[in-house]
Amino acid sequence: MSDGRTIELQEYKSEIKPTWCPGCGDFAVLNGLQRALQVLQIEPWNIVIVSGIGCSSNIPHFLSTYGFHSIHGRAVPVASGIKLANPELTVIAAGGDGDGYGIGVGHFIHAMRRNLDITYIVMDNQIYGLTTGQASPTSEKGMVTKSTPEGVIENPVNPLTLALASGATYVARGFSGDAKGLGDLFAKGIKHKGFSLIDVLSPCVTYNKINTYDWFRQRVYSLEKEGHNPSDYLAAVARADEWPNLDQKRDRIGLGVFYERNDIPTYEDLEPALRKGPLVRQPLGLENPEELLEEFR
Amino acid sequence: MSQKELVFRIGGAAGDGSASTAESLAKICTRSGLYVFTYTSYQSVIRGGHSWVQVRAAEEPVLSQGERPQVLICLNQPTADIHAPQVRENGAIIYDSDTIKLDGLRIAEDVRRIGFPLGRTAREYSNNALMKNTVALGAAVRLFDLDLAVVESAFATVWGKKKREIVDANVKAAAAGYKHVEENGGSLNLGLRYTGKARLLITGNQAIALGALAAGCKFLAQYPMTPASSIMHWMADHAPKHGVVVKQVEDELAAMNMAIGAGFAGVRSMTATSGGGFCLMVEAIGQGGMVEAPVVAVLAQRAGPSTGLPTKTEQGDLNLALGAGQGDWPRAILAPRNTDECFRLTAEAFNLAEVYQTPVIVMSDLYLSEGYRTVEGFDFNVPIIRGLLAADGGTPREKFLRYKITESGVSPRALPGQPGFQFDAGTDEHDEKGELISDVLAGIPEYVEIRKQMMDKRMRKLDGLRRDTKGPELWGPGKADLTLISWGSTQGPLREAILDLQESDGLAVNSLEYAYIFPFHVDETKAALKRAKTTMAVEGNFTGQFSRLLTAETGIRPDHLFAKYDGEPFYPSEIAGKVREVLG
Repeated sequence: MSDGRTIELQEYKSEIKPTWCPGCGDFAVLNGLQRALQVLQIEPWNIVIVSGIGCSSNIPHFLSTYGFHSIHGRAVPVASGIKLANPELTVIAAGGDGDGYGIGVGHFIHAMRRNLDITYIVMDNQIYGLTTGQASPTSEKGMVTKSTPEGVIENPVNPLTLALASGATYVARGFSGDAKGLGDLFAKGIKHKGFSLIDVLSPCVTYNKINTYDWFRQRVYSLEKEGHNPSDYLAAVARADEWPNLDQKRDRIGLGVFYERNDIPTYEDLEPALRKGPLVRQPLGLENPEELLEEFR
Repeated sequence: MSQKELVFRIGGAAGDGSASTAESLAKICTRSGLYVFTYTSYQSVIRGGHSWVQVRAAEEPVLSQGERPQVLICLNQPTADIHAPQVRENGAIIYDSDTIKLDGLRIAEDVRRIGFPLGRTAREYSNNALMKNTVALGAAVRLFDLDLAVVESAFATVWGKKKREIVDANVKAAAAGYKHVEENGGSLNLGLRYTGKARLLITGNQAIALGALAAGCKFLAQYPMTPASSIMHWMADHAPKHGVVVKQVEDELAAMNMAIGAGFAGVRSMTATSGGGFCLMVEAIGQGGMVEAPVVAVLAQRAGPSTGLPTKTEQGDLNLALGAGQGDWPRAILAPRNTDECFRLTAEAFNLAEVYQTPVIVMSDLYLSEGYRTVEGFDFNVPIIRGLLAADGGTPREKFLRYKITESGVSPRALPGQPGFQFDAGTDEHDEKGELISDVLAGIPEYVEIRKQMMDKRMRKLDGLRRDTKGPELWGPGKADLTLISWGSTQGPLREAILDLQESDGLAVNSLEYAYIFPFHVDETKAALKRAKTTMAVEGNFTGQFSRLLTAETGIRPDHLFAKYDGEPFYPSEIAGKVREVLG
């Protein structure tokens, strides 16, 4: 904090009231994120929250930070552009499962292999809510939705194994029924140098009648309590594969940090143009333009 | 044109090295003090097929690639079969007599057949198979009375960094070709004077990238696509030194979204692509208009539709640029008419994008983007105008109005990191703060009014953009029997046709040329066309996309349309032919 004062939780809140349905899992994400930012004491003006489109993507409006409520599926590239322009900013991408794992899945994979220092929070409710209940990339096989009246016949995306395969250096799963745990996972993810994915089981109380708070409570367990070692890649893959998977086993769903690596340089670390500091602070124009013309003579 | 000129053509299979040999000759001509214009006809293959390059040079500025060559180098038999009949009277054909035969070809009278063992000669100096091109180049240099010392200096520039041996071997190979012609007929006696006056030889894409750099571009996100890729190549080469992040991304969706993110964060950013990639950018560029983020998008056109002719030229993407994105949002579209304008208009695009906080599209095409042209130099005193920025420091008492309704439509812009100015950039319709009015507020009378005000505010920027850009240029005689209407890269061949018609037919033809396409300059257009007797639009697309814009904006319909959509550039002779048809 520039003046040495502690920033209060209230200062991360905006005057805009969330429009989510009562009971929506996204409330816990919002509260968890505000608490994480307060714990880390990052000035609101040095934070940009970038979202896509969907219920959960309204989240930037509910915080007092800078926000960019972009278009469907493109939160991650917009966030990447902001981070590359000014790596001193804390850049958080946020959105839903349709946004990140459906329409935007290409960007998701490439951002992870780049290991940009961005935190990506996916509020995963396994359904398209804002468009009134169609199947999403994480809808479980057999789920009946408006677009799949006979039940989904595709296998769901497993965001965690996908992230592990794509080079994310912080892979975690939270649950909106565990607000305290969410705040901790977000704070760790934001502090982590490199790309962090936090997939949040964030129930849609209106359109997903299967994967409810109760359904999750019967299945979730703490990775930490079971002694999972987040530096063990193969163990992380095995834990991530517990759900969802091709065998449709769904009795154990781990929560916490699956994987974390802190020795991989970020994209910003390796980008030569950023060695002189953030692009936003570089002088504009050319110092010695005639030099550039030599090759054309 | 009646002026003294040199027209050279080299052809072979892709991978035979036609392009680099032609480039060397273009450099040699430039260093000798000539104006140069090149056109490369190539195909979408890495090896094989048929590609050729034409280099045209003269003492006066050259406006097009020209037509029949005086000197042809055949690197394979198909080149001889296709191009030998086009060589002018008293010209020359250089070929490897071991592998290529000219028998049975319809070749003009008095064309010198300079066949000698290029490959065998080359092997005396190097094992590199492409060295035979240098032998042939040396022969052409002698035919054109160019100086071997200039050849050596050009080679030193091209290969000097790598190895001195390569330069030496090439110089020797060129000298061998030179000597062969010296001993077998000598010069073509074209009578060109070589003043040695220094100029620059540069492609449109290089000029675009240079213009961007001069304007302070700090971020380029791009996905490879012909004919835009060389913008990324040149920028990547110079990026570390000049502090530019050049990011090759996963697709054009990412390219445009990243560039907008960087623009929002406060750096001058750009992306470049061709029509197919621009299609993928369409949703995101509309986002730029809605959140009022500056970004420059270069759209280097090639022949469509769909994958079309990836290595051929066209001006077929104007409708795409005009209509990109759902709904109405303010955009500027600039179309450089020549290489010099590639530099100037790109630099200007960054100012327009920041002053009006909206995307600006710079439209080039393969013909302009990839062709080497001579320019006198560039004016690096590029003004950098960043537009209305929120005052730094202190927390505003009221919440900051990022989208404040103003007369100009432009609101003060805050950059992330500025304390107290936090706002939300929303792609949903929003109020002055940036808070969305699309969900629980849409349709409520007060917000119906806000929606209308926000649309009006954004669209008012078009008035400023129109004011800050220029109307069309009327070129040629004030009183003319025919006024040709063109936009972008058609300028050169069009002007050459006008000059030729004047000289050979005594016809008075002028041209109304547009470099600033949108917002459209209605008043200037009406004033210019009021004086026109007959008009003909000359466009590189099927439907006359620019003519339709002109008609939509002014109610004036050009009398004739010369629409070219065969993938080839305009040739002055075909424009002149159309003019004669119309006036005849």
